[in-house]
Amino acid sequence: MILRGRVWKFGDDVNTDVIIPIHYCTSGDPQEFGRHCMEGIDPDFPKKVKPGDIVVAKRNFGCGSSREPAPIAIKMAGISCVIAKSFARIFYRNAFNAGLPILECEDAPDAIEEGHEIAVNLDTGEIQDLHLGRSFQAKPIPPFMQDLLREGGLMNHLAKQLNLRKVAG
Amino acid sequence: MTITEKILAAHAGVEKVDPGELINSKIDIVMGHDISTPVAIDELERIGADRVFDKDKIVLVMDHFVPNKDIRSAENSKRVREFAKRHQISHYFEVGDGGIAHALLPEKGIILPGDVVVGGDSHSCTYGALGAFATGVGHTDLAAAILTGELWFKVPESTKFVYDGKLPKWTEAKDLILYTIGDIGVDGALYRAMEFTGKVVEQMPMSGRLTMANMAIEAGAKNGIFEPDRITEAYLREKTARPMKRYESDRDAAYAEVKEYDVGRIEPQVAFPHLPSNTKPINEVGDIAIDQAVIGSCTNGRIEDLRVAAQVLRGNKAAPYVRLIIIPATQEVYRQAVQEGLFEIFLNAKAAISTPTCGPCVGGHMGVLAKGERVISTTNRNFVGRMGHSESEIYLANAAVAAASAVKGRIAHPEEVVKT
Repeated sequence: MILRGRVWKFGDDVNTDVIIPIHYCTSGDPQEFGRHCMEGIDPDFPKKVKPGDIVVAKRNFGCGSSREPAPIAIKMAGISCVIAKSFARIFYRNAFNAGLPILECEDAPDAIEEGHEIAVNLDTGEIQDLHLGRSFQAKPIPPFMQDLLREGGLMNHLAKQLNLRKVAG
Repeated sequence: MTITEKILAAHAGVEKVDPGELINSKIDIVMGHDISTPVAIDELERIGADRVFDKDKIVLVMDHFVPNKDIRSAENSKRVREFAKRHQISHYFEVGDGGIAHALLPEKGIILPGDVVVGGDSHSCTYGALGAFATGVGHTDLAAAILTGELWFKVPESTKFVYDGKLPKWTEAKDLILYTIGDIGVDGALYRAMEFTGKVVEQMPMSGRLTMANMAIEAGAKNGIFEPDRITEAYLREKTARPMKRYESDRDAAYAEVKEYDVGRIEPQVAFPHLPSNTKPINEVGDIAIDQAVIGSCTNGRIEDLRVAAQVLRGNKAAPYVRLIIIPATQEVYRQAVQEGLFEIFLNAKAAISTPTCGPCVGGHMGVLAKGERVISTTNRNFVGRMGHSESEIYLANAAVAAASAVKGRIAHPEEVVKT
């Protein structure tokens, strides 16, 4: 699957408190998470994002709390993918569980600038900066996690395994 | 193998595991609270699963926005309460008989050495103080654990931290972990296990170990862990009858890194905005006026912390216009503080004493900050907007420093207040 979008750049240690402050998390409403995405850094961020845009950040993206509304907020704001040098581990798991594709890549975040148009191949991990005309290789998504994504996430995987009624996608 | 690898191997039903390996692990204890559990229940309902893997191994604690701060949080708590009733969850802790989960579960003897524990909260790594493998997860993983009692993990590499030397008078476990995070950075242990060792740790009471393991996540770690010893056994005696398994790291266990510290050189630390790694020794802090001081949380809300605070606050008062907020972490800590006469000291110091809650640490209630305000806090995170307005500032410190700062109205060394 190939994603194509415009880049929003962020730095090191973007934490879950700035991605989505906890008082919005009690609503349980994904739309509300999206409306407040990145509020601690740029309250206008959700208004500026066009569906399909891509976040590119530096180290330790998503550090801090275990709140899964963090990747959900990013997804609901319209972001199609996050690329970073590294992710905090709970965020990494949560992103897969929330269906937000994320890729780890060491050199792309140094080269790609805000506003660049990029194309991301989720199967191979290839990242192309169409503005620079350069390609970068992200770490491939582990096969086990690709299987989980294919099955529609961990809960759907379990529903199938335990022979449960699957209500919604 | 390291202690972390041994626990994970045993729970995956294999002889040996290596870092990087993906395993499916059995889980001994699953913890959820009033923020993470309602959404986990949504996930369970979505796939039509109305059951739990073991009603005796699930712990539900109402601790974040309690006593409920608004209608939304009341609805969330109600949801969890009804779930607990329907599935007859044995360990359900309500307002008035519980407290902050990460202080409460160890106190109740629910966590044992050798356990694998997951919690729908990032500070679930606290339980590693007891020699368990414990880590935080999001609400989907929490739902999966509640349903199946199993989760997949990538076996982490371990970093060994060795603390030797003699602790200076006002230096606490909080300062050792802040100093460590300052040294290695907020991603210095990313994806790894932090194994805390050394002569200082061997003498350290459980309260200090809980404080250190609590903040492993602030260095990006998957878990923080201490080898169980006589102090662990003494702490758990009379708390539980459940059999425990003591694991120790092999002498030839492989570590990604070993860090050694002479604690004699570590002064009380203050983490400046907006990262826990942004630490300075207290003598280099300079003149920083504060509006509020908070003493409490899963990091430093235990009786030992309140005793240290009382030692500093005895005969003193919070400075004019400074709010001093003290929050015992559990109902038992609260009771003990009353019995030891600490409340009298706190009340005389103009402290507002709260029932146990995570409240201000997450910017929930009981001490949220206005624009431009500064707090010194014994909590664990000082990210932008964590405790209130995005233009407020959080300084992290131990309980003695927070208490002394409340008295002086600026960040202060305890020695400025307590004459020794």
